[in-house]
Amino acid sequence: MENAASQVKGWVDQEYRWGFVSPVEADTIPKGLNEEIIRTISARKHEPGFLLERRLKAYRQWLTMVEPRWSTVCYNPIDFQDIVYYSAPRSMKDRPKSLGEIDPELLRTYERLGIPLREQEFLAGVAVDAVFDSVSVATTYQKELAKVGILFCSFSEAVQHYPRLVEKYLGTVVPYNDNYFASLNSAVFTDGSFCYIPPGVRCPVELSTYFRINAENTGQFERTLVIADAGSYVSYLEGCTAPRRDTNQLHAAVVELIALEDAEIRYATVQNWYPGDKEGKGGIYNFVTKRGLCAGNNSRISWTQVETGSAITWKYPSVILKGDNSVGQFHGVALTNNFQQADTGTKMTHIGKNTRSTIVNKGISAGRGQNTYRGLVKVLKTAENARNFTQCDSLLLGDRCGAHTFPYIEVKNPTARVEHEASTSKIGEDQLFYCQQRGLSREDAVSMIVNGFCREVIRNLPMEFAVEAQKLLEISLEGSVG
Amino acid sequence: MKNGSPMLSIENLHSAIGEKPILRGVDLVVHAGEVHAIMGPNGSGKSTLANVIAGREEFRVTAGAIRYDGRDLLAMPPEERAREGIFLAFQNPVEIPGVSNLYFLKAALNAVRKHRGLQELDVVEFRDTVLERLRLVEMSEDLLQRAVNDGFSGGEKKRNEILQLAVLEPRLAILDETDSGLDIDALKIVAAGVNAYRSPERAIVVVTHYQRLLNHIVPDFVHVLVEGRIVRSGGRDLALELEERGYGWVQSPSAEVGEEARP
Repeated sequence: MENAASQVKGWVDQEYRWGFVSPVEADTIPKGLNEEIIRTISARKHEPGFLLERRLKAYRQWLTMVEPRWSTVCYNPIDFQDIVYYSAPRSMKDRPKSLGEIDPELLRTYERLGIPLREQEFLAGVAVDAVFDSVSVATTYQKELAKVGILFCSFSEAVQHYPRLVEKYLGTVVPYNDNYFASLNSAVFTDGSFCYIPPGVRCPVELSTYFRINAENTGQFERTLVIADAGSYVSYLEGCTAPRRDTNQLHAAVVELIALEDAEIRYATVQNWYPGDKEGKGGIYNFVTKRGLCAGNNSRISWTQVETGSAITWKYPSVILKGDNSVGQFHGVALTNNFQQADTGTKMTHIGKNTRSTIVNKGISAGRGQNTYRGLVKVLKTAENARNFTQCDSLLLGDRCGAHTFPYIEVKNPTARVEHEASTSKIGEDQLFYCQQRGLSREDAVSMIVNGFCREVIRNLPMEFAVEAQKLLEISLEGSVG
Repeated sequence: MKNGSPMLSIENLHSAIGEKPILRGVDLVVHAGEVHAIMGPNGSGKSTLANVIAGREEFRVTAGAIRYDGRDLLAMPPEERAREGIFLAFQNPVEIPGVSNLYFLKAALNAVRKHRGLQELDVVEFRDTVLERLRLVEMSEDLLQRAVNDGFSGGEKKRNEILQLAVLEPRLAILDETDSGLDIDALKIVAAGVNAYRSPERAIVVVTHYQRLLNHIVPDFVHVLVEGRIVRSGGRDLALELEERGYGWVQSPSAEVGEEARP
């Protein structure tokens, strides 16, 4: 194994290919966090009164809370007064009416990221909302979606155009006082995506949000709200990247999903925030609260995530299974390399009868990466015949990384069936040699073994993104073996 | 038989695992078209020899040389040896969960073809090739969709090795105890697969403890490896004689095993 371990050192030479900075003039408010700052953000966004009230309530709540310390991740204390809470490209101040009016530099940024926003170049079959620092730059395919009654726009636009929907659903899944970082987000969130699928409509394209952090010392606090009305279906994907910087940047997002009766939401994430350099310097702190509510009977929510980026990832996309016969799924891959840390998993809360949940998590650790799966399966008294199946597998590359699994199970109803399987394995020198003896390079062998390990999760992604995710895993593995 | 330059020539090969010497001066010359059997008691270094030829790094070469087609084999990384046509049928084939057998075969074949300047096979051509070879080793088609060796029985694993041999068409095949753990029916199938592969351009080195495999894959030469040295070489009859008299016969200190046999 000594040999494989030493070759894993090669990983550190990999380049983060999305680490460029765009020369965009920014409209940035002063650093620091106080009520005045919050009022400024709200005013910049011309928000209705209920939202400002909500922000202030969240902020006052946040002041009384302490930063959680229960996870295995370690990092220096965050100075919340040293963060810029709002930064937008100056050209976005008077929101451009059409793509033709958008700063070409912004369009170029997304092109470099492989997300063309120009009409004739739209990604086929994917509608994109592009969020740059604190604002949404553009949303594609909007007109086509409007024809079937689907509302897909930036969160800021939703606040202006559909305030009643926002007021009705915002905070119903992740309340303003839910946890430290969710409260912070509720106070200072800037933009994100909003999506409403009307009853009985099957969304004809993939919806997606691409988050980009560009400005320095800026936190990104986005808010995403997806509502699938009765009998509707939507598949949603988010992607994220950031420039390479020596300082850590905070990303504290909140995503809320609501599925009404017979509705289905599939939500996928390919998270590729800047992970920091090989010494563990810089990188994004990705502290995110994601939760879905299966509100109606027979509703389904599925989370799929491929996490290769961020210095620290800390998130537990969860499902509250309230409706009878509702189904919650979580499929996750988390890859940590160098000094990356991930503490991730899911929570499945069974409330309704005959509710089912499935959890499949694959953790890959390399370098000095630390990977923790943390999951909670909670079956309440009311949840007759609830069923859960959990499988957690860890793959280690080298002998300086770590894998940890913390499954929590709370069952209050004796009819519940809860299963948990876990395994930890190492890519063996014998596996690598076997592949080499058949003509494959060590690099291709590692990539093949890792992809095989993640296959169950990757195949849950929409086709186009499965290919992307596989490439991303390969790139993250590049140079891992000599 | 020994016309032309040898495909494989091993000279005074010494190899160790850690500090423990295993091979202590092996000489062996293999020409195209030949089948050589390496026999010997447990722990004599047979598998080490097979793995050193294939390039497994934990078997350190401490002295000696191996030439393959006149080139310095020891300077080549294992994948290059494979692409140049050296194939090791493993004694214990490893499992690769999540990677389908078919996908693995395709990746391996394309790596080899690319190296030889050939085009990658398209899906249909590849499937046809594999299905044809599959019949040869009497494997069921659904093993192709399963993960590489994952949950395969011992016999299935060995047959899978021969399937890979048949698909990859190497020039030098080394069979490391391919007979171990096989019942007589499986042994016959495996041997038939290997015999179908035999040709004047190819060579085979069969590493085995027992002579029963050699009833089915008939060797041109038999070498007896004891304590890291080839102590006796001969024809097919040597294997039969060994079976009759046991390894104690060649292990006993005698003039035949003396140092003067070394170059």
